[in-house]
Amino acid sequence: MSTITTDDVRHLAQLSNLQLSDDEVENLRGDLENILGYIAQLGELDTTGIEPTYQVTGLENVWRDDEVQEAKVTRERLLELAPEQADHSVKVPKVL
Amino acid sequence: MMKIAEFVAQVKSGQKTARAFAEEALAKAREVEEYHALLSLTEERALKRADEIDAQVKNGEDTGKLAGVPFVVKDNYLAFGAPSTAASKILENFDAPIQATVVERLEAEGAICIGKSNLDAFAHGGSTENSAFGVTHNAIDKTKVAGGSSGGSAVITALDVVPFALGSDTGGSIRQPASFNGVFGIKPTYGMSSRYGVVAMASSTDVMGCFAKTADDIALVESVIAGQDPKDMTTLPDYFTPTTEVKPGLKIGLVKETMTDDVDPEVREAILAYADTLRAAGHTVEKVSMPSIKYALAIYYIVVPAELSSNLARYDGIRYGRRAEGVKALAELYGRSRDEGFVTENKRRIMIGSYVLSSGFFDAYYLQAQKARTVLINEFNELFAQYDYLLTPTAPTPAFGIGENADDPVKMYLADVMTVPASLAGLPAISAPAGVSAAGLPIGAQIIGPAQFDAGVIALAGQVEAHRG
Repeated sequence: MSTITTDDVRHLAQLSNLQLSDDEVENLRGDLENILGYIAQLGELDTTGIEPTYQVTGLENVWRDDEVQEAKVTRERLLELAPEQADHSVKVPKVL
Repeated sequence: MMKIAEFVAQVKSGQKTARAFAEEALAKAREVEEYHALLSLTEERALKRADEIDAQVKNGEDTGKLAGVPFVVKDNYLAFGAPSTAASKILENFDAPIQATVVERLEAEGAICIGKSNLDAFAHGGSTENSAFGVTHNAIDKTKVAGGSSGGSAVITALDVVPFALGSDTGGSIRQPASFNGVFGIKPTYGMSSRYGVVAMASSTDVMGCFAKTADDIALVESVIAGQDPKDMTTLPDYFTPTTEVKPGLKIGLVKETMTDDVDPEVREAILAYADTLRAAGHTVEKVSMPSIKYALAIYYIVVPAELSSNLARYDGIRYGRRAEGVKALAELYGRSRDEGFVTENKRRIMIGSYVLSSGFFDAYYLQAQKARTVLINEFNELFAQYDYLLTPTAPTPAFGIGENADDPVKMYLADVMTVPASLAGLPAISAPAGVSAAGLPIGAQIIGPAQFDAGVIALAGQVEAHRG
């Protein structure tokens, strides 16, 4: 269960949107195998009939009134953060 | 270091100006640059705010519970006056458009941020060696790590530059560096303080907390930052009221699985001495068992990478942060911006996260981990039905050498083994100074309480602090 191939690493890199170099792929392969080897021990624990805990506060659906609130940040300020902007929009490379 | 209340008294009475305190803190920060605890100073803004507070004092206006108190903010919090980088190349020059709620609350009470502290990039780490901008050195022994991920904040507090500093704790990132540097560090109950404006790591365990030299100061800072925030819907309705009162005759459980032969003998010795002090204070300390605690680290290193892989998806080079140059196609833009911007540990964790969430593995890993999490929480609940608090070491060793664990991720993760259980269960936990090793390295004791018993945890640590003298 915990052997990881370089193909596995490339697949995970694609899922994670990481463009790795060949050296990185090999180093990460070893690291991931090491880490997965450690966490595999969790398979020993019998969890039949146990419900998962996704969050610990028990809070659900915290509501507020549907009223328009004053934005603290302007569009212009947010555009200043963009690596490239044009025409009041964030500029990106061709998608298609 | 003066207690916070003394700073405030001097500023409010006009005995010393907020500006003088700010200038002193900035000067001290410069003197200790070799520790590399800080990534930036927010000098201009700090002095401007100090002058404002001094003017308010002159005009007899109200100046807040923390008037003129200088403090430092971990660089994964958004704040004004310097870039907010999360110690990552992805956010290297990020000029935050907002401040974190916690920072706003402290400033509303007159506290003055003088700088941003170093951390493991994106808070991924337990030593502050994963910062993209250099390693932070331990405050007591420069050849040792500061601990992490809030290493900078722990060190700057230990070096008496400021009386308190902010950190974040996902699996031990406040408590462990507190232990390594001989200061107090609190991880509050999950949901006690707002995460708005802090770079997210694992949404089901991240909490905001602080470092200080005394338990009283921890309580004071927490009283300002705690509380429900409409901008963070996971915050609990207000409940925190600090106290110094400790019920007599508390029953405390020393978790025996955290005191095995794998744990450094000097650490065990310090914890046993801490237990003796608790007894001298009139409480009982008994050995208790938490069998599922041995799985806590495995649970953590499934759940947290899964959650952070989702939280770090936003760093795509599009709307803000680093964008790779000379890229023609979108997929390459994402891939290269992220590969260039993240450090190796970020990539390890993101990919583990993708793995445990991917189709075919989700049930065996992520779902199994969240079920195991329930087992762990149930064990805590059973123990808290009989015991008021639990005691463990904060870390299995004192601070290790810089570079010692750098090439072995699992060995590095094992430093978190004592702190992750309380994170997974969302429980309040404090690391309190409990002695030093023969080599002079600090050792911390961890007190864990039931959910929302933050005040009790801090008060108990304060009582031991007073007894130890």
